[in-house]
Amino acid sequence: MKNLILATALVALSGGTVAAQDVVRLGTEGAFPPFNFINDAGEVAGFERDVGDELCKRASLTCEWVTNEWDSIIPNLQSGNYDVIIASMNITDEREEVIDFSQSYFPPAPSAYVATSADADLKGIVAAQSSTVHAGYVAESGANVLEFATPDETVAAVRNGEAVAVFADKDFLAPIVAESGGELMFVGEDVQLGSGVGLGLRESDTALKEKLNAAIQSMKDDGSLNALITTHFGPDAKTF
Amino acid sequence: MFAACADPKAIEGLTWLSCYLTSGKHLDFYWSFVVVLLLLAITAPAALAMGFGGAVAARSRFLLLRLFGKTYASVVRGVPDIVLFLFFVIALDQGIEWTKHQIVCPDWTEPVRQGLEFRVCPEAKVPLGSSSAFWHQAYGFGLAVFTFAIVFGAFAANVLYGAMGAVPRAQLETAEAYGMSNSQVFRRILVPQMWVYALPGLSNLWMILIKATPLLFLLGVKDIVYWARELGGMKTQAYEYPHSDWRLYYFLGLLVFYLCFTKLSEIAFSRLSARLSKGQATAAGEAMRRVAG
Repeated sequence: MKNLILATALVALSGGTVAAQDVVRLGTEGAFPPFNFINDAGEVAGFERDVGDELCKRASLTCEWVTNEWDSIIPNLQSGNYDVIIASMNITDEREEVIDFSQSYFPPAPSAYVATSADADLKGIVAAQSSTVHAGYVAESGANVLEFATPDETVAAVRNGEAVAVFADKDFLAPIVAESGGELMFVGEDVQLGSGVGLGLRESDTALKEKLNAAIQSMKDDGSLNALITTHFGPDAKTF
Repeated sequence: MFAACADPKAIEGLTWLSCYLTSGKHLDFYWSFVVVLLLLAITAPAALAMGFGGAVAARSRFLLLRLFGKTYASVVRGVPDIVLFLFFVIALDQGIEWTKHQIVCPDWTEPVRQGLEFRVCPEAKVPLGSSSAFWHQAYGFGLAVFTFAIVFGAFAANVLYGAMGAVPRAQLETAEAYGMSNSQVFRRILVPQMWVYALPGLSNLWMILIKATPLLFLLGVKDIVYWARELGGMKTQAYEYPHSDWRLYYFLGLLVFYLCFTKLSEIAFSRLSARLSKGQATAAGEAMRRVAG
Protein backbone atom coordinates (compact mmCIF):
# COMPACT_ATOMS: atom_id res chain seq x y z
CA MET A 1 0.00 0.00 0.00
CA LYS A 2 2.77 2.34 1.01
CA ASN A 3 4.60 1.59 -2.22
CA LEU A 4 1.48 2.24 -4.17
CA ILE A 5 1.07 5.66 -2.58
CA LEU A 6 4.72 6.40 -3.20
CA ALA A 7 4.46 5.31 -6.81
CA THR A 8 1.35 7.44 -7.31
CA ALA A 9 3.10 10.39 -5.75
CA LEU A 10 6.11 9.88 -8.01
CA VAL A 11 3.94 9.65 -11.10
CA ALA A 12 2.09 12.74 -10.04
CA LEU A 13 5.36 14.57 -9.42
CA SER A 14 7.00 13.56 -12.69
CA GLY A 15 3.77 14.37 -14.51
CA GLY A 16 3.96 17.75 -12.84
CA THR A 17 7.47 18.48 -14.09
CA VAL A 18 6.65 17.47 -17.64
CA ALA A 19 3.71 19.83 -17.58
CA ALA A 20 5.88 22.51 -16.00
CA GLN A 21 8.17 22.54 -19.03
CA ASP A 22 5.38 22.52 -21.53
CA VAL A 23 3.34 25.45 -20.29
CA VAL A 24 3.96 28.34 -22.63
CA ARG A 25 2.72 31.75 -21.58
CA LEU A 26 1.43 33.84 -24.47
CA GLY A 27 1.63 37.58 -23.93
CA THR A 28 -0.74 39.87 -25.80
CA GLU A 29 -1.95 43.43 -25.52
CA GLY A 30 -5.68 42.72 -25.34
CA ALA A 31 -6.66 46.15 -26.67
CA PHE A 32 -6.41 45.79 -30.43
CA PRO A 33 -9.63 44.40 -31.90
CA PRO A 34 -10.13 42.38 -34.01
CA PHE A 35 -6.57 41.05 -33.58
CA ASN A 36 -6.64 40.68 -29.81
CA PHE A 37 -9.00 42.08 -27.22
CA ILE A 38 -10.60 41.27 -23.90
CA ASN A 39 -14.11 40.09 -24.68
CA ASP A 40 -17.14 40.70 -22.50
CA ALA A 41 -16.48 37.54 -20.55
CA GLY A 42 -13.13 39.02 -19.52
CA GLU A 43 -11.08 36.62 -21.66
CA VAL A 44 -8.59 37.21 -24.46
CA ALA A 45 -10.35 36.87 -27.81
CA GLY A 46 -9.89 37.73 -31.48
CA PHE A 47 -7.87 36.51 -34.44
CA GLU A 48 -4.70 36.02 -32.43
CA ARG A 49 -6.51 34.05 -29.74
CA ASP A 50 -7.67 31.57 -32.38
CA VAL A 51 -4.26 31.41 -34.06
CA GLY A 52 -2.43 31.03 -30.74
CA ASP A 53 -4.71 28.25 -29.49
CA GLU A 54 -4.39 26.36 -32.79
CA LEU A 55 -0.58 26.76 -32.83
CA CYS A 56 -0.34 25.43 -29.28
CA LYS A 57 -2.50 22.47 -30.20
CA ARG A 58 -0.35 21.64 -33.21
CA ALA A 59 2.90 22.05 -31.29
CA SER A 60 1.46 20.03 -28.34
CA LEU A 61 2.01 22.88 -25.91
CA THR A 62 -0.17 23.89 -23.00
CA CYS A 63 -0.70 27.59 -23.38
CA GLU A 64 -1.84 30.30 -21.04
CA TRP A 65 -2.84 33.81 -22.01
CA VAL A 66 -1.42 36.87 -20.32
CA THR A 67 -2.10 40.53 -21.11
CA ASN A 68 0.53 43.22 -20.85
CA GLU A 69 0.73 46.91 -21.73
CA TRP A 70 2.08 47.43 -25.23
CA ASP A 71 4.81 49.79 -24.00
CA SER A 72 6.51 47.20 -21.82
CA ILE A 73 5.66 44.13 -23.86
CA ILE A 74 9.27 43.49 -25.03
CA PRO A 75 11.04 44.09 -21.66
CA ASN A 76 8.59 41.76 -19.92
CA LEU A 77 9.27 39.05 -22.51
CA GLN A 78 12.98 39.41 -21.83
CA SER A 79 12.61 39.20 -18.08
CA GLY A 80 10.59 36.02 -18.55
CA ASN A 81 7.09 37.07 -17.48
CA TYR A 82 5.80 35.24 -20.56
CA ASP A 83 7.40 33.30 -23.38
CA VAL A 84 5.78 34.51 -26.60
CA ILE A 85 4.51 37.88 -27.80
CA ILE A 86 1.43 37.44 -29.96
CA ALA A 87 0.18 40.99 -30.32
CA SER A 88 0.18 41.80 -34.05
CA MET A 89 3.76 42.92 -33.77
CA ASN A 90 5.29 43.81 -37.10
CA ILE A 91 8.63 42.21 -37.88
CA THR A 92 11.15 45.07 -38.06
CA ASP A 93 14.94 45.30 -38.01
CA GLU A 94 14.97 47.34 -34.79
CA ARG A 95 12.97 44.68 -32.97
CA GLU A 96 15.04 41.87 -34.52
CA GLU A 97 18.01 43.29 -32.65
CA VAL A 98 16.48 42.62 -29.26
CA ILE A 99 14.11 39.68 -29.79
CA ASP A 100 13.57 36.90 -32.31
CA PHE A 101 10.57 36.54 -34.59
CA SER A 102 8.86 33.42 -35.87
CA GLN A 103 7.84 33.35 -39.51
CA SER A 104 4.90 35.63 -40.19
CA TYR A 105 1.38 34.43 -39.40
CA PHE A 106 -0.28 37.50 -40.88
CA PRO A 107 0.79 38.95 -44.24
CA PRO A 108 2.08 42.53 -44.56
CA ALA A 109 -1.12 44.52 -44.25
CA PRO A 110 -1.87 48.09 -45.31
CA SER A 111 -1.96 50.90 -42.79
CA ALA A 112 -4.17 53.93 -43.25
CA TYR A 113 -5.10 57.39 -42.02
CA VAL A 114 -8.52 58.06 -40.51
CA ALA A 115 -9.88 61.55 -39.93
CA THR A 116 -13.19 63.34 -39.37
CA SER A 117 -13.07 65.16 -42.71
CA ALA A 118 -11.83 64.24 -46.17
CA ASP A 119 -9.54 67.28 -46.46
CA ALA A 120 -7.70 66.62 -43.18
CA ASP A 121 -4.10 67.80 -43.16
CA LEU A 122 -2.02 64.62 -42.82
CA LYS A 123 1.05 66.71 -42.09
CA GLY A 124 -0.67 68.20 -39.05
CA ILE A 125 -1.08 66.49 -35.69
CA VAL A 126 -1.46 62.75 -36.28
CA ALA A 127 -2.21 60.29 -33.46
CA ALA A 128 -0.45 56.92 -33.33
CA GLN A 129 0.25 54.29 -30.72
CA SER A 130 3.69 54.70 -29.13
CA SER A 131 6.48 52.23 -29.98
CA THR A 132 4.78 51.09 -33.16
CA VAL A 133 5.87 51.14 -36.79
CA HIS A 134 3.05 53.61 -37.29
CA ALA A 135 4.42 56.16 -34.83
CA GLY A 136 7.79 55.86 -36.58
CA TYR A 137 6.23 56.35 -40.01
CA VAL A 138 4.25 59.42 -38.93
CA ALA A 139 7.35 60.98 -37.39
CA GLU A 140 9.27 60.46 -40.62
CA SER A 141 6.42 61.77 -42.77
CA GLY A 142 7.01 65.23 -41.33
CA ALA A 143 3.74 65.32 -39.42
CA ASN A 144 3.46 66.11 -35.74
CA VAL A 145 3.07 62.74 -34.04
CA LEU A 146 0.92 62.53 -30.94
CA GLU A 147 1.60 59.23 -29.19
CA PHE A 148 -0.79 57.26 -26.99
CA ALA A 149 -0.27 54.12 -24.94
CA THR A 150 -3.36 52.30 -26.25
CA PRO A 151 -4.92 52.03 -29.73
CA ASP A 152 -8.30 53.07 -28.34
CA GLU A 153 -6.93 56.42 -27.17
CA THR A 154 -5.52 57.21 -30.62
CA VAL A 155 -8.99 57.00 -32.16
CA ALA A 156 -10.56 58.91 -29.25
CA ALA A 157 -8.03 61.70 -29.88
CA VAL A 158 -9.37 62.19 -33.41
CA ARG A 159 -12.99 62.15 -32.27
CA ASN A 160 -12.41 64.84 -29.66
CA GLY A 161 -10.29 66.97 -31.98
CA GLU A 162 -6.98 66.54 -30.20
CA ALA A 163 -5.48 65.20 -33.44
CA VAL A 164 -6.56 65.71 -37.06
CA ALA A 165 -5.99 62.08 -38.01
CA VAL A 166 -4.98 58.70 -36.65
CA PHE A 167 -2.56 56.38 -38.41
CA ALA A 168 -2.83 52.65 -37.67
CA ASP A 169 -3.42 49.20 -39.15
CA LYS A 170 -6.26 49.37 -41.62
CA ASP A 171 -7.76 46.13 -40.29
CA PHE A 172 -8.04 47.72 -36.86
CA LEU A 173 -9.53 50.95 -38.18
CA ALA A 174 -11.98 49.46 -40.71
CA PRO A 175 -14.69 48.32 -38.23
CA ILE A 176 -14.39 51.60 -36.31
CA VAL A 177 -14.88 53.64 -39.49
CA ALA A 178 -17.74 51.40 -40.65
CA GLU A 179 -19.60 51.81 -37.35
CA SER A 180 -18.94 55.51 -36.86
CA GLY A 181 -22.00 56.45 -38.91
CA GLY A 182 -20.03 58.70 -41.26
CA GLU A 183 -18.22 60.57 -38.51
CA LEU A 184 -14.87 59.00 -39.39
CA MET A 185 -13.43 58.25 -42.82
CA PHE A 186 -10.29 56.96 -44.47
CA VAL A 187 -8.14 59.73 -45.86
CA GLY A 188 -5.27 59.52 -48.31
CA GLU A 189 -3.54 56.50 -49.74
CA ASP A 190 -2.96 53.24 -47.89
CA VAL A 191 0.61 52.72 -46.78
CA GLN A 192 2.42 49.40 -46.83
CA LEU A 193 4.54 48.97 -43.69
CA GLY A 194 6.59 46.14 -42.21
CA SER A 195 7.19 42.66 -43.47
CA GLY A 196 4.31 40.89 -41.82
CA VAL A 197 3.34 40.04 -38.28
CA GLY A 198 5.23 37.38 -36.35
CA LEU A 199 5.43 35.87 -32.90
CA GLY A 200 8.06 37.53 -30.70
CA LEU A 201 10.38 35.23 -28.77
CA ARG A 202 13.48 35.50 -26.59
CA GLU A 203 16.62 35.05 -28.66
CA SER A 204 17.68 32.15 -26.46
CA ASP A 205 14.42 30.24 -26.96
CA THR A 206 15.43 28.54 -30.21
CA ALA A 207 13.66 25.23 -29.51
CA LEU A 208 10.32 26.93 -28.90
CA LYS A 209 10.83 29.05 -32.01
CA GLU A 210 11.35 25.97 -34.18
CA LYS A 211 8.25 24.28 -32.78
CA LEU A 212 6.10 27.34 -33.41
CA ASN A 213 7.58 27.90 -36.87
CA ALA A 214 6.68 24.32 -37.79
CA ALA A 215 3.15 24.82 -36.44
CA ILE A 216 2.70 28.04 -38.43
CA GLN A 217 3.99 26.30 -41.56
CA SER A 218 1.52 23.45 -41.11
CA MET A 219 -1.34 25.96 -40.70
CA LYS A 220 -0.21 27.73 -43.87
CA ASP A 221 0.07 24.45 -45.76
CA ASP A 222 -3.41 23.15 -44.98
CA GLY A 223 -5.08 26.51 -45.49
CA SER A 224 -6.42 26.80 -41.94
CA LEU A 225 -4.52 30.04 -41.35
CA ASN A 226 -6.08 31.62 -44.44
CA ALA A 227 -9.48 30.43 -43.26
CA LEU A 228 -8.98 32.16 -39.91
CA ILE A 229 -7.86 35.39 -41.61
CA THR A 230 -10.99 35.35 -43.78
CA THR A 231 -13.25 34.70 -40.78
CA HIS A 232 -11.87 37.61 -38.81
CA PHE A 233 -11.07 40.15 -41.51
CA GLY A 234 -13.57 39.39 -44.23
CA PRO A 235 -13.23 37.79 -47.69
CA ASP A 236 -11.19 40.73 -49.08
CA ALA A 237 -8.38 40.33 -46.57
CA LYS A 238 -4.95 39.48 -47.89
CA THR A 239 -4.07 35.81 -47.31
CA PHE A 240 -0.96 33.69 -47.76
CA MET B 1 -24.96 35.69 -16.49
CA PHE B 2 -28.75 35.50 -16.87
CA ALA B 3 -30.56 33.43 -19.46
CA ALA B 4 -31.89 36.60 -21.08
CA CYS B 5 -28.33 37.69 -21.79
CA ALA B 6 -27.57 34.83 -24.18
CA ASP B 7 -27.87 37.10 -27.22
CA PRO B 8 -26.90 40.62 -26.11
CA LYS B 9 -27.40 42.17 -29.53
CA ALA B 10 -31.08 41.25 -29.60
CA ILE B 11 -32.01 42.93 -26.31
CA GLU B 12 -32.52 46.58 -25.49
CA GLY B 13 -33.10 49.08 -22.73
CA LEU B 14 -32.94 48.04 -19.12
CA THR B 15 -32.48 44.37 -19.91
CA TRP B 16 -29.50 45.27 -22.05
CA LEU B 17 -28.10 47.46 -19.29
CA SER B 18 -28.52 44.82 -16.61
CA CYS B 19 -26.88 42.23 -18.85
CA TYR B 20 -24.12 44.68 -19.72
CA LEU B 21 -23.42 45.51 -16.09
CA THR B 22 -23.20 41.84 -15.14
CA SER B 23 -20.91 40.69 -17.97
CA GLY B 24 -17.80 38.77 -17.01
CA LYS B 25 -15.69 41.82 -17.64
CA HIS B 26 -17.81 43.93 -15.29
CA LEU B 27 -17.54 41.28 -12.60
CA ASP B 28 -13.76 41.59 -12.99
CA PHE B 29 -14.19 45.34 -12.60
CA TYR B 30 -16.20 44.93 -9.37
CA TRP B 31 -13.68 42.44 -8.10
CA SER B 32 -10.89 44.96 -8.68
CA PHE B 33 -12.55 47.22 -6.07
CA VAL B 34 -12.08 44.39 -3.58
CA VAL B 35 -8.46 44.05 -4.69
CA VAL B 36 -7.82 47.75 -4.11
CA LEU B 37 -9.49 47.69 -0.69
CA LEU B 38 -7.56 44.56 0.20
CA LEU B 39 -4.33 46.22 -0.85
CA LEU B 40 -5.09 49.19 1.38
CA ALA B 41 -6.09 46.95 4.28
CA ILE B 42 -2.78 45.07 4.11
CA THR B 43 -0.50 47.90 3.07
CA ALA B 44 -1.55 50.45 5.69
CA PRO B 45 -0.59 48.35 8.74
CA ALA B 46 2.52 47.06 6.95
CA ALA B 47 3.66 50.59 6.11
CA LEU B 48 2.91 51.71 9.66
CA ALA B 49 5.01 48.87 11.04
CA MET B 50 7.87 49.74 8.69
CA GLY B 51 7.56 53.39 9.61
CA PHE B 52 7.60 52.54 13.30
CA GLY B 53 10.70 50.41 12.81
CA GLY B 54 12.35 53.18 10.80
CA ALA B 55 11.53 55.82 13.42
CA VAL B 56 12.79 53.68 16.28
CA ALA B 57 15.96 52.92 14.32
CA ALA B 58 16.49 56.62 13.57
CA ARG B 59 16.27 57.39 17.32
CA SER B 60 18.54 54.52 18.29
CA ARG B 61 21.65 55.06 20.39
CA PHE B 62 23.63 52.80 18.04
CA LEU B 63 25.18 54.70 15.19
CA LEU B 64 24.67 51.97 12.57
CA LEU B 65 20.99 51.54 13.35
CA ARG B 66 20.52 55.29 13.43
CA LEU B 67 22.21 55.66 10.05
CA PHE B 68 20.08 52.86 8.64
CA GLY B 69 16.84 54.44 9.84
CA LYS B 70 17.74 57.88 8.55
CA THR B 71 19.06 56.62 5.21
CA TYR B 72 15.93 54.55 4.62
CA ALA B 73 13.65 57.50 5.23
CA SER B 74 15.62 60.00 3.19
CA VAL B 75 16.51 57.79 0.22
CA VAL B 76 13.05 56.35 -0.34
CA ARG B 77 11.39 59.71 0.18
CA GLY B 78 13.77 61.30 -2.29
CA VAL B 79 13.21 58.88 -5.19
CA PRO B 80 10.13 59.48 -7.38
CA ASP B 81 7.43 56.88 -6.69
CA ILE B 82 7.11 55.91 -10.30
CA VAL B 83 10.83 55.08 -10.52
CA LEU B 84 10.59 52.93 -7.41
CA PHE B 85 7.54 51.18 -8.78
CA LEU B 86 9.13 50.46 -12.14
CA PHE B 87 12.70 49.77 -11.14
CA PHE B 88 12.47 48.40 -7.62
CA VAL B 89 9.81 45.83 -8.46
CA ILE B 90 11.76 44.44 -11.41
CA ALA B 91 14.90 44.31 -9.29
CA LEU B 92 13.01 42.63 -6.45
CA ASP B 93 11.42 40.08 -8.77
CA GLN B 94 14.73 39.26 -10.44
CA GLY B 95 16.49 39.17 -7.07
CA ILE B 96 14.01 36.58 -5.76
CA GLU B 97 14.35 34.46 -8.90
CA TRP B 98 18.13 34.75 -8.89
CA THR B 99 18.36 33.62 -5.26
CA LYS B 100 16.02 30.69 -5.90
CA HIS B 101 18.04 29.85 -9.01
CA GLN B 102 21.23 29.59 -6.96
CA ILE B 103 19.51 27.18 -4.57
CA VAL B 104 17.49 24.90 -6.86
CA CYS B 105 19.69 24.84 -9.95
CA PRO B 106 23.32 24.75 -8.79
CA ASP B 107 24.34 22.84 -11.94
CA TRP B 108 22.97 25.40 -14.39
CA THR B 109 25.84 26.50 -16.64
CA GLU B 110 24.30 29.14 -18.86
CA PRO B 111 24.63 32.74 -17.71
CA VAL B 112 21.52 34.21 -16.10
CA ARG B 113 21.96 37.50 -17.89
CA GLN B 114 22.17 37.14 -21.64
CA GLY B 115 22.29 40.61 -23.05
CA LEU B 116 18.95 42.10 -22.14
CA GLU B 117 17.45 38.77 -21.20
CA PHE B 118 17.10 37.52 -17.67
CA ARG B 119 16.98 33.76 -17.77
CA VAL B 120 16.87 31.48 -14.75
CA CYS B 121 16.20 27.75 -14.91
CA PRO B 122 12.47 26.89 -15.28
CA GLU B 123 12.34 25.45 -11.75
CA ALA B 124 13.46 28.80 -10.32
CA LYS B 125 10.73 30.88 -11.85
CA VAL B 126 8.52 32.60 -9.29
CA PRO B 127 5.77 31.61 -9.56
CA LEU B 128 6.46 28.47 -11.58
CA GLY B 129 5.50 28.65 -15.24
CA SER B 130 2.98 25.87 -14.63
CA SER B 131 1.17 27.57 -11.75
CA SER B 132 -2.29 28.91 -12.36
CA ALA B 133 -3.06 32.47 -13.32
CA PHE B 134 -4.24 33.03 -9.74
CA TRP B 135 -0.72 32.54 -8.37
CA HIS B 136 0.75 34.87 -10.94
CA GLN B 137 -1.72 37.51 -9.83
CA ALA B 138 -1.18 36.80 -6.15
CA TYR B 139 2.59 37.12 -6.63
CA GLY B 140 2.16 40.45 -8.43
CA PHE B 141 -0.13 41.58 -5.65
CA GLY B 142 2.42 40.53 -3.02
CA LEU B 143 5.15 42.52 -4.78
CA ALA B 144 2.79 45.49 -4.90
CA VAL B 145 2.02 45.33 -1.19
CA PHE B 146 5.70 45.07 -0.33
CA THR B 147 6.66 48.01 -2.55
CA PHE B 148 3.83 50.19 -1.29
CA ALA B 149 4.80 49.32 2.30
CA ILE B 150 8.42 50.31 1.70
CA VAL B 151 7.54 53.60 0.03
CA PHE B 152 4.85 54.67 2.48
CA GLY B 153 6.82 53.24 5.39
CA ALA B 154 9.56 55.77 4.69
CA PHE B 155 7.12 58.67 4.91
CA ALA B 156 5.51 57.16 8.01
CA ALA B 157 8.96 56.79 9.59
CA ASN B 158 9.54 60.49 9.23
CA VAL B 159 6.10 61.35 10.63
CA LEU B 160 6.53 59.05 13.61
CA TYR B 161 10.09 60.26 14.21
CA GLY B 162 8.78 63.82 14.43
CA ALA B 163 5.87 62.75 16.63
CA MET B 164 8.20 60.98 19.05
CA GLY B 165 10.23 64.16 19.32
CA ALA B 166 7.09 66.20 19.96
CA VAL B 167 6.04 64.45 23.17
CA PRO B 168 6.80 66.98 25.97
CA ARG B 169 10.08 66.26 27.67
CA ALA B 170 8.42 66.88 31.05
CA GLN B 171 6.22 63.82 30.56
CA LEU B 172 9.23 61.58 30.01
CA GLU B 173 11.14 63.17 32.87
CA THR B 174 8.30 62.48 35.26
CA ALA B 175 8.28 58.85 34.22
CA GLU B 176 12.01 58.66 34.80
CA ALA B 177 11.54 60.23 38.23
CA TYR B 178 9.14 57.39 39.01
CA GLY B 179 12.03 55.04 38.34
CA MET B 180 10.98 53.65 34.98
CA SER B 181 13.68 52.24 32.73
CA ASN B 182 14.26 53.62 29.24
CA SER B 183 12.19 50.93 27.57
CA GLN B 184 9.40 51.37 30.09
CA VAL B 185 9.32 55.12 29.41
CA PHE B 186 9.20 54.35 25.69
CA ARG B 187 6.38 51.83 25.94
CA ARG B 188 4.24 53.41 28.63
CA ILE B 189 4.67 57.13 28.01
CA LEU B 190 6.26 57.97 24.66
CA VAL B 191 4.36 55.63 22.31
CA PRO B 192 0.87 56.19 23.76
CA GLN B 193 1.36 59.95 23.68
CA MET B 194 3.00 60.31 20.29
CA TRP B 195 -0.03 59.16 18.22
CA VAL B 196 -1.88 62.41 18.66
CA TYR B 197 1.08 64.27 17.15
CA ALA B 198 1.48 61.70 14.38
CA LEU B 199 -2.17 61.58 13.38
CA PRO B 200 -2.33 64.57 10.98
CA GLY B 201 0.72 63.30 9.12
CA LEU B 202 -0.52 59.72 9.06
CA SER B 203 -3.96 60.74 7.83
CA ASN B 204 -2.29 62.64 4.99
CA LEU B 205 -0.34 59.52 4.10
CA TRP B 206 -3.50 57.42 4.15
CA MET B 207 -5.21 59.81 1.74
CA ILE B 208 -2.20 59.75 -0.58
CA LEU B 209 -2.08 55.96 -0.36
CA ILE B 210 -5.74 55.73 -1.42
CA LYS B 211 -5.07 57.88 -4.43
CA ALA B 212 -1.83 56.07 -5.29
CA THR B 213 -3.52 52.72 -5.85
CA PRO B 214 -3.74 53.22 -9.65
CA LEU B 215 0.03 52.71 -9.59
CA LEU B 216 -0.92 49.07 -9.11
CA PHE B 217 -1.32 48.80 -12.82
CA LEU B 218 2.39 49.49 -13.28
CA LEU B 219 2.93 46.32 -11.27
CA GLY B 220 0.71 44.23 -13.49
CA VAL B 221 -2.25 44.19 -11.10
CA LYS B 222 -5.43 45.19 -12.88
CA ASP B 223 -6.96 47.86 -10.69
CA ILE B 224 -10.16 49.89 -10.94
CA VAL B 225 -8.63 52.57 -13.16
CA TYR B 226 -7.39 49.97 -15.65
CA TRP B 227 -10.82 48.35 -15.87
CA ALA B 228 -12.61 51.69 -16.10
CA ARG B 229 -10.45 52.63 -19.07
CA GLU B 230 -10.81 49.21 -20.65
CA LEU B 231 -14.59 49.04 -20.18
CA GLY B 232 -15.21 52.65 -21.07
CA GLY B 233 -13.29 52.60 -24.37
CA MET B 234 -15.30 52.56 -27.56
CA LYS B 235 -16.48 49.04 -28.48
CA THR B 236 -17.12 47.87 -32.04
CA GLN B 237 -19.39 45.04 -33.16
CA ALA B 238 -16.55 42.63 -32.43
CA TYR B 239 -17.72 42.86 -28.82
CA GLU B 240 -20.99 41.53 -27.47
CA TYR B 241 -21.96 44.90 -26.06
CA PRO B 242 -20.85 47.53 -28.58
CA HIS B 243 -21.02 51.14 -27.37
CA SER B 244 -19.39 54.50 -27.96
CA ASP B 245 -16.71 56.09 -25.80
CA TRP B 246 -18.10 55.84 -22.26
CA ARG B 247 -14.91 56.48 -20.37
CA LEU B 248 -16.32 59.69 -18.93
CA TYR B 249 -19.08 57.81 -17.07
CA TYR B 250 -16.72 55.19 -15.75
CA PHE B 251 -14.24 57.79 -14.54
CA LEU B 252 -17.09 59.77 -12.95
CA GLY B 253 -18.00 56.58 -11.10
CA LEU B 254 -14.43 56.28 -9.89
CA LEU B 255 -14.43 59.92 -8.83
CA VAL B 256 -17.48 59.31 -6.66
CA PHE B 257 -15.89 56.18 -5.22
CA TYR B 258 -12.68 57.95 -4.31
CA LEU B 259 -14.49 60.96 -2.86
CA CYS B 260 -16.77 58.80 -0.71
CA PHE B 261 -13.84 56.75 0.42
CA THR B 262 -11.71 59.72 1.42
CA LYS B 263 -14.71 61.36 3.12
CA LEU B 264 -15.31 58.24 5.19
CA SER B 265 -11.61 58.19 6.07
CA GLU B 266 -11.79 61.80 7.19
CA ILE B 267 -14.68 61.02 9.54
CA ALA B 268 -12.82 58.04 10.95
CA PHE B 269 -9.68 60.10 11.46
CA SER B 270 -11.47 62.94 13.23
CA ARG B 271 -13.05 60.44 15.64
CA LEU B 272 -9.69 58.81 16.21
CA SER B 273 -8.14 62.19 16.83
CA ALA B 274 -10.77 63.08 19.43
CA ARG B 275 -10.20 59.79 21.15
CA LEU B 276 -6.43 60.17 21.22
CA SER B 277 -6.58 63.76 22.48
CA LYS B 278 -8.43 62.73 25.61
CA GLY B 279 -6.36 63.54 28.65
CA GLN B 280 -3.41 64.74 26.57
CA ALA B 281 -1.33 67.77 27.44
CA THR B 282 -2.27 69.42 24.13
CA ALA B 283 -4.62 72.27 23.30
CA ALA B 284 -7.21 69.78 21.98
CA GLY B 285 -6.92 67.67 25.12
CA GLU B 286 -7.23 70.76 27.32
CA ALA B 287 -10.34 71.92 25.45
CA MET B 288 -11.97 68.51 25.99
CA ARG B 289 -11.16 68.65 29.68
CA ARG B 290 -12.81 72.08 29.98
CA VAL B 291 -15.98 70.90 28.24
CA ALA B 292 -16.15 67.80 30.40
CA GLY B 293 -15.34 69.66 33.61
